[in-house]
Amino acid sequence: MIDAAELKRRTAELLAAQPPATTDRLDFLRARFDAGLAWVHYPEGLGGLGAARSLQAVVDAELEAAGAPDNDPRRNGIGLGMAAPTILKYGTEEQKQRYLRPLWTGEEVWCQLFSEPGAGSDLAGLGTRAVREGDGDWVVNGQKVWTSSAHNARWAILIARTDPDVPKHAGITYFLCDMTDPGVDVRPLRQITGEAEFNEVFLTDVRIPDSRRLGAIGDGWKVAQTTLNNERVAIGGMRLPREGGMIGPVSKTWRERPELRTHDLHQRLLKLWVEAEVARLTGERLRQQLALGQPGPEGAGMKLAFARLNQEISGLEVELRGEEGLLYDDWTMRRPELVDFVGRDAGYRYLRSKGNSIEGGTSEVLLNIVAERVLGLPSEPRTDKDVAWKDLAR
Amino acid sequence: MSDLLYSEEEEALRSAVRDLLADHCDAPGVIARTESDAPHDLAAWKALTDGMGLAGLLVPEAQGGQGATHREVAVVLEELGRAVAPVPYLTSAVVATEALLELGDEALLAELAAGRRIGALAVALNVAAGGAYKVVRHEGGALHGELTGVADAAVADVLLVPADDGGLYAVDAADATVTPQVSFDLTRPLATVTLNGAPGRLLGDAEPAVRRALRTGAGLLASEQLGLADWVLTETVRYLKERKQFNRPVGGFQALKHRLAQLWLEVVNLRAAARNAADALTTGTDADVAVAVAQAYAAPVAVHAAEEALQLHAGIGMTWEHPIHLYLKRAKSDSIAYGTAGVHREALAGLVDLQAP
Repeated sequence: MIDAAELKRRTAELLAAQPPATTDRLDFLRARFDAGLAWVHYPEGLGGLGAARSLQAVVDAELEAAGAPDNDPRRNGIGLGMAAPTILKYGTEEQKQRYLRPLWTGEEVWCQLFSEPGAGSDLAGLGTRAVREGDGDWVVNGQKVWTSSAHNARWAILIARTDPDVPKHAGITYFLCDMTDPGVDVRPLRQITGEAEFNEVFLTDVRIPDSRRLGAIGDGWKVAQTTLNNERVAIGGMRLPREGGMIGPVSKTWRERPELRTHDLHQRLLKLWVEAEVARLTGERLRQQLALGQPGPEGAGMKLAFARLNQEISGLEVELRGEEGLLYDDWTMRRPELVDFVGRDAGYRYLRSKGNSIEGGTSEVLLNIVAERVLGLPSEPRTDKDVAWKDLAR
Repeated sequence: MSDLLYSEEEEALRSAVRDLLADHCDAPGVIARTESDAPHDLAAWKALTDGMGLAGLLVPEAQGGQGATHREVAVVLEELGRAVAPVPYLTSAVVATEALLELGDEALLAELAAGRRIGALAVALNVAAGGAYKVVRHEGGALHGELTGVADAAVADVLLVPADDGGLYAVDAADATVTPQVSFDLTRPLATVTLNGAPGRLLGDAEPAVRRALRTGAGLLASEQLGLADWVLTETVRYLKERKQFNRPVGGFQALKHRLAQLWLEVVNLRAAARNAADALTTGTDADVAVAVAQAYAAPVAVHAAEEALQLHAGIGMTWEHPIHLYLKRAKSDSIAYGTAGVHREALAGLVDLQAP
């Protein structure tokens, strides 16, 4: 098993062969991937060395200290957080070799074509169709929505219905979709913040070769679970210092603007400060468990806590700002490259946080998941389980 | 960053304490005892102290203890909370012991550590670290006055009494009049301590010892609250899987599932907060903030868990024979012990520079 000392040795070797100061950024990132120092817990040949996941921090610290460029992970959150683990688990050897390296270096950004106007929380009810032609290609028609990064993405993970004659979960297949192919139409979807961070994606006779199917035909729901589980961890599981989240800006405002303080807001701020700190500790505890290879079920709750806290804290800050709270920084429609929860002013944070309890699974669905998978409570009675998708009422 | 997990040794300790309490401290027995003149379970206490040496966890080996840390004590308290065990562990092995550790009275420490004597800090249970507490009059070498709300005083052999000269005195329980009060929490009863010229042995300055004792008490109380909340959640989930109404297990109704999932989330958070406080008390790093955060969070969660458990058990939850009432009473009493959540939030305001208007 590779240990921290060995990783340090290999990192030093990489830095010696590719001095960051004189090496092209992409060349360095590719070399880092090829040295197995991209995500050390991935297998050898795929950017890793099969080392413990917790040892990545050792590599990152050494590289940062040496001034090495990073792969700008925020730009490709869906690729790194969701597409990659799914491709690793279900991809063929060819698929892993083709997609993982440019994904990790950031040369190819990914987006996720899952949600549909008619299939949100009931994601398995999706209606986008993929029909197999005689030559083996699939022809895809349908509409997806809430697609972040689609306007920057080179690739998409896509789930589509391949068999309407079986119950809904059984007739779905998972594909890798080329966003530059004819028939892929990305349109901005403007949101309550004024920004168009998301997109609608219309798919009209898009041809996907069978070599870009991920997993078996009809196994798409199972494959998608890997993506969805990783999505929730990615959303709720960021490592934060104290006051590192949404509580940071409001605490700063409180300290710098004594004229805004009221007793009511003080009580509420302290309560939220405690809850934010406790949520941070829970996240830290989860990471300590993961580092030992003992993932706990806490992850299921992290996103719930994160959503509620963001909403309450940002709402409090709008009130705290008083007259300024009546204003907004800018309603101009923009197409941001990054999803930014905290970067703008309090009004923006308040509005954007409304999405936190919806995106990546609504809080109501997540509470059901906790109740059923963690606590083992009986599931809801299901009327659609044994009915062919085409016979469901719509 | 704190170590927020449990070590293998801590898990082994947990199993041993849980097994012991399963043998000694079952709910019908605890309920029956609360109706007697002797609510404390001294047989369980003897098994914990003589049998396992747990009263001396915080005391260095050189002074007759086990030389363990607050982390192990926290695990013991989780299990005592799960059983609402009527033993003076928090009051004697933690609070009184911490006061003596501050003052360095080795002889008395060794006796408490061995479980040969039970100690009680004669400060009302609701006082937080840094809060005002009542003192008795010291006159001509003897102590005079009355102190109320002293937890577990009824079984204490020695009382640590603060006096108006700023000293903390050791008083033999035999030289004081200890009168049980009718207590809300039947398993951690309070008493009035009356001193009519009782002899006291000066241990040292009261202020730092009381402050240290109450801070540790508050920080580790969070682990007792965690154990309590974890037990009521587990029991309620188990009950709702079995209990049928409208031809379905009640636990299958979404309105109830969401409440239990929410409660689970609170207990998960409480575990992180309580572990952080225990670790911070062990290392001494960031302990004031960690304790204030843990107590500000723990009390409402434990009360909420017990209240939800009662409501979701419905009729049976309102009965005397079902143990939920013991947990509700302990949880509500714990929410006042060593300072309310509000008091800890106010302390936090000073500690993290979020000042009041």
